Amino acid sequence: MAKHRKLGRGVAVVGAGLSKFGAYPKGVRTTDLFVEAFKDLESSVDKGFDSRMIDAFYLGNLSSDLFESQVHLAPAVANRIGLVPVPTVRIEDACAASGVAFREAVIAVASGIYDVVLVGGVEKMTNLDTPQVTEVLASALDPDTEVPAGLTFPGIYATMATAHMAKHGTTEEDLMWIGIKNHYHGSLNPKAHFDVSISDFMKKRAESAVKKGLPKPQWHTELDFMKDSKQNPIIAWPLRLFDCSTICDGASCILVVAEEMAKEFTDSPIFVVGTGQASDYFLAERDDLTSIQAAKLAATQAYEMAAIGPKDVKVAEVHDCFTIAELIAMEDLGFYEPGKAAGAIRDGETRIDGKLPINTDGGLKSKGHPIGASGTGMVVEIFKQLREEAGDRQIKVKDPDIGLAHNVGAHGSTVVVNIFERR
Amino acid sequence: MALEEKFAEVENNEFYSAAYQRFLAEGKLIGSRCRTCGHVCVPPKPICPGCHGGEMVLEEMKGKGRLLSYTVITVAPPLMVEEGYDRNNPYCSGIVELEEGAKVPARIVNVNVRNPEKIELGMGMSIKYLKIGQGNERKTFLAFEPTP
Repeated sequence: MAKHRKLGRGVAVVGAGLSKFGAYPKGVRTTDLFVEAFKDLESSVDKGFDSRMIDAFYLGNLSSDLFESQVHLAPAVANRIGLVPVPTVRIEDACAASGVAFREAVIAVASGIYDVVLVGGVEKMTNLDTPQVTEVLASALDPDTEVPAGLTFPGIYATMATAHMAKHGTTEEDLMWIGIKNHYHGSLNPKAHFDVSISDFMKKRAESAVKKGLPKPQWHTELDFMKDSKQNPIIAWPLRLFDCSTICDGASCILVVAEEMAKEFTDSPIFVVGTGQASDYFLAERDDLTSIQAAKLAATQAYEMAAIGPKDVKVAEVHDCFTIAELIAMEDLGFYEPGKAAGAIRDGETRIDGKLPINTDGGLKSKGHPIGASGTGMVVEIFKQLREEAGDRQIKVKDPDIGLAHNVGAHGSTVVVNIFERR
Repeated sequence: MALEEKFAEVENNEFYSAAYQRFLAEGKLIGSRCRTCGHVCVPPKPICPGCHGGEMVLEEMKGKGRLLSYTVITVAPPLMVEEGYDRNNPYCSGIVELEEGAKVPARIVNVNVRNPEKIELGMGMSIKYLKIGQGNERKTFLAFEPTP
């Protein structure tokens, strides 16, 4: 089975764009959100480019069908950004939609069939209320077993958390540190849905309590706040509100080109050096609930293609739909031995000033998780970090040359890992 | 073969979804066992995920197992809200490993949902079929409870 795979030719990223993430009014269409990201991408291409150079368009999206009653979304988006008549493809792999779309765009360019491909993702979730959104998301679960068991996505990841706690002694507090860290990073990202740290939340909540004539809350630390069940209620034990990513709207996109053309767009392209993807069973059928096999397989493929190992990665974007997912990702990607990730988080190793910064944009927790936009949204951040253009949240690691993006669909029944290098 | 017969054959295929649900309504938890490698799956699968062989036989599970993992859900999906579950009335869902080796997600009943940290992993579980709803809407849900 083990086969060494490589790209048919080199592929580079030369532009990246992101809309502001957040809850947009109902009248804002999915298609218009993508325009926001595309305009941002246009301004990111150092030497400028003519969009008529784009050969094809790949779009990741979970369900404009259910969220907005619109299907055939890819040509509709292409229409808004002047790409007609290029071929368009919509990809749905749950929350990994645009991570997979990115990989497919890379494979298409590497094959030689296209030279310049626009790939992105978009989701407009907030037209529906939270229970309706939960139901749409649950349609990625097994309708014969998981749905009738009453499982929700928080429930699924909570089940993994309970197993991780039993096997490795992981605690609720360990998970809270991940939320604290990602909100700190998000507070440095003006495009984040919640661009506020937990300290900022505490100040706001304390002010509003005083305004209402209630006693001033007595939290001494961010952890006190996280342990306060009024502020941070249980959603699916052991996961609480601040363990869950946000429901929001947003779009992201990336310009992928053949390596030999990269200098026409910029003097500092980022190269795609590894890509891997795998599928997995529904949760119960797996051998281990404390790890995602598809993530390990996808990572192995990507590392082998890139001829690097986990120790070479300087910055990573991992799929923190729930805090436990970030912890498991750190172990599945080989950054830490199973059971060792929690200590590293507590020691600050994954903060922007740590030795392996993770989710520097705030992650899905703080930046937000507009499902289809998340995969390429991660690539946007890696592009910025490797080019040292991340501003206040630029990592402190010297010579950030290798970045990794890990994007999970549903409970890990799809995982895609992409590795990037600046030369 | 007439088209109707073909459709009926697909609907009645014991390795497909409709049959699994029908058996559940009769109070039977059905799985498949691979004749070649012995791998057991619940619900049944037409093709073995263990050896990729296609010689599968249907097998009724005995309904005994142990609790592998669980959660107690306070923010319920519409299906559970209709049954009266919410923040003040949370419910437990989990994964049970059956004696036959297959693992299934199920509702976990008769456990103390007010103290989720006290629910014991590894404890023995016995099957229970929950009948919910009235008339045509009546459905059977797979549940397990601690073995006394």
